[in-house]
Amino acid sequence: MTGVAAAAAVQRRVLAGNRDGRLDSHLARHGRLPALDAGEVIDLARDAGLTGRGGAGFPMWRKLAAVAEAGRPAVVIANAAEGEPASGKDKALLSYQPNLILDGLQLAARATGARAAHLYGPAASFAALRCLLAGRRDAVPVRLHAAPDAFVSGEESAVVAAVSGRGAVPADKLIRITRAGVGGAPTLVQNVETLAHLALIARHGVGWFRAAGSPDEPGTFLATVSGAVAAPGVVEAGYGVPLGELLAAAGGPAGELAAILVGGYHGGWVPADPALPVSRAGLAPFGASPGAGVVVALPVGSCGLAETARIAGYLAGESAGQCGPCVNGLPRLAETLADLTGAPDLRGVPEPAGLPGMARVAARRSRPELVAEVERLAGLVAGRGACRHPDGTVRLVRSALRTFEAEVAAHLAGHCLATEARR
Amino acid sequence: MRLHIDWTACDGRGLCAELLPELLTEDDWGYPVPREGVPEPPVPRGLESAARKAVDRCPALALRLVKE
Repeated sequence: MTGVAAAAAVQRRVLAGNRDGRLDSHLARHGRLPALDAGEVIDLARDAGLTGRGGAGFPMWRKLAAVAEAGRPAVVIANAAEGEPASGKDKALLSYQPNLILDGLQLAARATGARAAHLYGPAASFAALRCLLAGRRDAVPVRLHAAPDAFVSGEESAVVAAVSGRGAVPADKLIRITRAGVGGAPTLVQNVETLAHLALIARHGVGWFRAAGSPDEPGTFLATVSGAVAAPGVVEAGYGVPLGELLAAAGGPAGELAAILVGGYHGGWVPADPALPVSRAGLAPFGASPGAGVVVALPVGSCGLAETARIAGYLAGESAGQCGPCVNGLPRLAETLADLTGAPDLRGVPEPAGLPGMARVAARRSRPELVAEVERLAGLVAGRGACRHPDGTVRLVRSALRTFEAEVAAHLAGHCLATEARR
Repeated sequence: MRLHIDWTACDGRGLCAELLPELLTEDDWGYPVPREGVPEPPVPRGLESAARKAVDRCPALALRLVKE
């Protein structure tokens, strides 16, 4: 059992060593990238069980193989766009260990036979990256592309659009980007943390990688821990790490916790149970998953329902504005949830002529049929868009209705349990 | 065959739901909703010609018939 506990413990791998981002520090610790051929890189990714760290958790080797099998010159893109407001791990990795990311990008190019490589991310990181790239003498040159600060700008097809010189908005998925992405070339878009893990697997091997995490979900992941914790920040742990240990690595809870948001604004609310394993298997019963490693601690005294209504309103505003069900459905879903909480966020809502703000609040009394209406709208928008933005929003809202069931009942009766807990 | 909807192109004219009422209904805003509740509803053999008509007549060119 001790082996299992150690595997799922807080530990540093991609974040290990000197965090200065310099090439000489990187080479001193990790050495040169071993010479591997395409098949060897794909085999390593498969045998290691490396999955995407950008949120979806898709096996990396399948994407590598799909792009390689297209048999045409490919394009590889390291994706550091982090539109999720509660996530900071990709920015941290870019600043602490950029060479692992660039190594992983070269390995991905080797695996897919790519002749062009791109890094898409925050423009603030580019000055340092340009210096590094000038000294690295990579086999495949890397071009940098600035990602706009928008929630959906990191979605795979939005990344392809941005690198192609178009707006960073998602596209229809009739043709997969692994077949035809940038300029019609087979294209691989991979989160920067995933690439960093690949760079370590190439050096230390599959067995080393699998010594962390669980047999079904091997390796470590970066978590951005925020909310009611003493030292918010980015920590690294093996999959399956107990929630309590992850929070402890961020300074521990700052007071009693009501619930935890796992997986970010497209994630789900789970109980504040310190023993809960942070893994796909451990979080599945709550309709949640580790996603891109976002963990937000909600303190007792904050209303999870009101917080979810606020996030839903934010997500509605982050629609790319292309797909009807998302453009129309998400604002309606967010407003209905706000009505259910009885304390709607009225920012940005047009003022009806001749009605003062207080009258509107009074008119928006919570009613039992609003719960059914939230459910109906959630069912209406899910699965009806070019990307998963509606689906992610629905996941969050549904998890709030489940986890904060008692709070829903209280709000319908005209009061708020969280507010009462503060008194 | 399955019916694929390009949501970035669809602007909710509602022609498809009129031509394929067995497969599609409309939401609160006039955008198609597959009755099956799946993103790409399967098209039964008997409805293939009606589905083709819907694909051809969609003013936004937002519909495609794709092989299973």
